[in-house]
Amino acid sequence: MAEQKGWKDIPIGGTIVEAGSAREYKTGDWRVLRPVYDRSKCIDCMMCWFYCPDLAIIQEDAVMKGIDYYYCKGCGICASVCPKSAIEMKPETDFAEEG
Amino acid sequence: MMEKVAQMIAVTGAQAVAHAMRQIEPDVVAAYPITPQTPIVEYFAKFVADGVVKTEMIPVESEHSAMSAVVGAAAAGARAMTATSANGLALMHEIVYIAASTRLPVVMPVVNRALSGPINIHCDHSDTMAERDSGWIQFYVEDAQEAYDLTILSVRLAEHEHVRLPVMVNQDGFIISHGVEPVSFLPDDVVKKFVGELKPIYPLLDTEHPVTYGPLDLYDYYFEHKRQQIEAMKNVEKVFPEVAQEFFKISGRKYSFVEPYKLDDAEHVMVALGSTNGTVKYTVDKMREEGCKVGLLKIWMFRPFPKDEIQRYLTGRKSVVVLDRSASFGAEAPLYEAVKSSLYESASRPLLSSFIYGLGGRGIAIEDVEEAFEKSISGELVTDYEYYLGLRE
Repeated sequence: MAEQKGWKDIPIGGTIVEAGSAREYKTGDWRVLRPVYDRSKCIDCMMCWFYCPDLAIIQEDAVMKGIDYYYCKGCGICASVCPKSAIEMKPETDFAEEG
Repeated sequence: MMEKVAQMIAVTGAQAVAHAMRQIEPDVVAAYPITPQTPIVEYFAKFVADGVVKTEMIPVESEHSAMSAVVGAAAAGARAMTATSANGLALMHEIVYIAASTRLPVVMPVVNRALSGPINIHCDHSDTMAERDSGWIQFYVEDAQEAYDLTILSVRLAEHEHVRLPVMVNQDGFIISHGVEPVSFLPDDVVKKFVGELKPIYPLLDTEHPVTYGPLDLYDYYFEHKRQQIEAMKNVEKVFPEVAQEFFKISGRKYSFVEPYKLDDAEHVMVALGSTNGTVKYTVDKMREEGCKVGLLKIWMFRPFPKDEIQRYLTGRKSVVVLDRSASFGAEAPLYEAVKSSLYESASRPLLSSFIYGLGGRGIAIEDVEEAFEKSISGELVTDYEYYLGLRE
């Protein structure tokens, strides 16, 4: 979550006064299950990239680079569509100490 | 067409407001007719049809749409108005809250009428009392002159940078809206200059600065936005006297949160909203000739509620009778509750009682007002009791 402002420091009426502010909205903290990616199994088919509804798959020149946990809500679609089972969904509680 | 000088003309309250709207000449008016508000829309639609005003008139299919169109227009950066009554206001309810919480400075004359059911077209305050927590500023007027004046004044109050809240100007159905009275009109150019140009804050039509109106606002910011609304209402306490002073300069007519009438030495005081204040003033004059120390506190502004004025004018009186033209089933009547609560911290609380009257347009006679005052004077009045004036047992 972006830093939260007090009532004196925000525009009135709930109006959003700049474009693209959803970029600052951390949806990653909704996640209950975390997709964990195994590079050794990945064939860079980009199925996860096509299917991810939150643009949370990071790729460079069609090479899978990992998952953007700031936005990933943990829906599990990437793990489901992966033909090589290179993505495994693990409980967030397993990572509690990492934060 | 009006002349360029102030003039006194015999009009109904509805005509008075329609002329105020003609002089304000809002960019957009979206409205749906409902008795007894209909003549406001009818007269104003004629001004549009005759080319007297350049206002974009939207004849919508319901009040829900009327307020929605007004919200859209106001968000776009337009000065937008509508008018309604009773069930029309109830149908708007959802969007009434949205107009206030989106901080759109809309001015809406409301012609008070009893809410159904059973169905009734005559005056009481149940319709606007149902909107008292909606975040709108609320005025209640005594006559057509006040309806005209406060409609014009409200534009400046609503649009003030420290307020940015919508305003309801409430006039009693039929009694004011359809009764003909002499009204002093300001010259068109004086009103135009007084209301000036709307300065929109985040206009949707400013495509260089795109904004989003009405986004999802959850537990992370909704509370902060409500706190801003609370603050804007508090700011009315400071801004309204300033705007009223400016209105006084152009009209010679003084407005405030309340109007004290013969209160200086009054021992027994009545508190009321709307046209009934005229009847109470007449009765106060009559009873004073008979030697009774009675007086009236007329409430012009019901939201924000003028707690300080209530304390100032009612502390130390022997008795206070609060008249309500609506009931709150299972609780105290709205004006009574507000007055009673305001006096909680008062050093010397008067004996206080509630009188409900006039529901569904039942008339209130001088004898009814006398009856309530007589109860106070004779010491019969039971504290914190709810009486009913003009009701058959």
